[in-house]
Amino acid sequence: MNYSNLIKIAINALRRNKLRAFLTMLGIIIGVASVITMLAIGQGSKKSIQDQVSSMGSNMLFVMPGGQAMGGVQMGNSDSKSLTLEDIEAIRSQSTSVGKLSPVVRSSGQVIYGNKNAPTSIFGTNTDYLDIRKITIKSGRMFTEAEIKSAAKVCLIGKTVITNVFGENVDPTGLEIRFNSIPIKIIGVLDEKGQSTFGQDQDDLILAPFTTVQKRILAITNIQNIYASAVSEDKSPLAKTEIETILREKHKIKEGADDDFTVRSQDELIKTFSSISDILTVLLGIIAGISLLIGGIGIMNIMYVSVTERTREIGLRMSIGGRGIDILMQFLTESILLSVIGGIIGILLGIGAASGVGKMMTWPVIVMPQSVILSFLVCTVIGVFFGWYPARKAANLDPIDALRYE
Amino acid sequence: MKKIIEIKNLRKDFHVGEVTVHALRGVSFEIEEGEFVAIMGSSGSGKSTMLNIIGCLDKPTAGEYLLDEINMSNMTKNELALLRNRKLGFVFQSYNLLPRTTALENVELPLLYNNTIKAKERRQLAINALESVGLADRMHHMPNQLSGGQQQRVAIARSLVNDPVVILADEATGNLDTRTSYEIMALFQELNQKGKTIVFVTHEPDIARFTSSSIIFKDGHIIHQAKSIDKLEARQILMELPVENGYE
Repeated sequence: MNYSNLIKIAINALRRNKLRAFLTMLGIIIGVASVITMLAIGQGSKKSIQDQVSSMGSNMLFVMPGGQAMGGVQMGNSDSKSLTLEDIEAIRSQSTSVGKLSPVVRSSGQVIYGNKNAPTSIFGTNTDYLDIRKITIKSGRMFTEAEIKSAAKVCLIGKTVITNVFGENVDPTGLEIRFNSIPIKIIGVLDEKGQSTFGQDQDDLILAPFTTVQKRILAITNIQNIYASAVSEDKSPLAKTEIETILREKHKIKEGADDDFTVRSQDELIKTFSSISDILTVLLGIIAGISLLIGGIGIMNIMYVSVTERTREIGLRMSIGGRGIDILMQFLTESILLSVIGGIIGILLGIGAASGVGKMMTWPVIVMPQSVILSFLVCTVIGVFFGWYPARKAANLDPIDALRYE
Repeated sequence: MKKIIEIKNLRKDFHVGEVTVHALRGVSFEIEEGEFVAIMGSSGSGKSTMLNIIGCLDKPTAGEYLLDEINMSNMTKNELALLRNRKLGFVFQSYNLLPRTTALENVELPLLYNNTIKAKERRQLAINALESVGLADRMHHMPNQLSGGQQQRVAIARSLVNDPVVILADEATGNLDTRTSYEIMALFQELNQKGKTIVFVTHEPDIARFTSSSIIFKDGHIIHQAKSIDKLEARQILMELPVENGYE
């Protein structure tokens, strides 16, 4: 029997029992729709976490003094004064994969303007810092190299600080605030960045030349952190190793001894968060997959009933020249048609549900072509797998017995 | 005349548990082209077993069976299926039409298992077959919209559609009332006159009187084989039959 006849016979058989065919498909429809929707939600949340993390600078590297802590136990030299400006110079001159570099010194304190004050942090950096952290300036200007050299009392401030001490919609550029009694002139306002992935307010800061913070506020000569960016995202792991090698050499750390600093890359953070949402996706996928399996069992069940109910028909088909393989193929085609048509409806429904959920809950959803193709393939496999035994039972019937079946 | 069915010393044993049932104990007969043969016998006589073997649904334990000069004894299941598709037509007691499928599609069914016939030709052959049983106007009716006699005529059309060398009817009038039975027998006689070979299995002597010869089975043997001397014309008897009230 050729394929067009086979499909014609199978479609006719399904058409004879439309309601049952639909109910059988329902399991597959719900299964596939939930797979598509769940994966879309999982992928969407993964993408949104990745976007948020990389908005902080996806190729960012962060150097802290002190060694790696394991289970709360400090492993190695924990001299918090271990990082210096010379380290930055060494990295700048020796590394090939590190692009921008900025020292960071930080102090917490009260910011005062007029009769208002608020707690905030002041970050002392160089001009590269804006690029590394992907911070942009809303109005005014960045401080200059000359101002860094002279430890000028200038700063840029974030939106939260403005709101706290000046009120909404005020451009305080040109005004003078005091940070822990030191007067500093505002030369620019930073663009709003919103909350970080960790719930931190990224706009609650004052940005000043690192020399200013070092000399005038903290009275130190070392630096607290180094922020760097790799020349490109894929160079990030290499940049991390380079920094580690250069700093070990610079700090004269013997081979085998622990580092007195820690380098972290944003890349690793993304991986950590991605793996969390990957687990979520897998879990959602498994639940959806189980419902798909149940849908498949539903098909098998109905196909068994159908074979028994149509024993006479099978006998007739055999008596007029249907071979075992023809009968097998007919029932297999029926179950494949059921699962594939169910799969297509399920895919459409799933895409619809995913975008519906996305709109209603304002969740990011991404329907991946892979999950569509995968669920379509799974449906076909389910059709073959769960259709096989009933179809074989039909094909192995004895025509004489089948014709006499009551 | 060409021999359509040639059976030589045919035996068939069934094993039921440890008991062996001898359904056919060495049967020989021939059926020539254009014959209308009734196979008769009470239940357990072996006539159904005989029909299954003639219909290539079952294989004999011993002996030879030649259908249209082809020996089927050594054939595989698939070869037998092909033989049924090309050489045989079946008519059953309970019609065995596919439900919720039009008369035309039911008649087309055997040709769906024949790859050499294209869709257009298939449709035309089915229409021709339905016309020859007088159901041209019921082509698109479903079985449940047809009377028993009409359903059996659809089944006869289905058995004709592949132009078989022999039509095998198994108690084809068993589910029908007397008048409809005679109508069906009239149709068989008509087909026989056009040259179709028909083997008709029945246990009703009444029905067997319409055939041109009969073979009577008992306990696995042929006990009587003869040409009919007083063959009746169904068409004629039908006209003499009184028309009952409320019945068309």
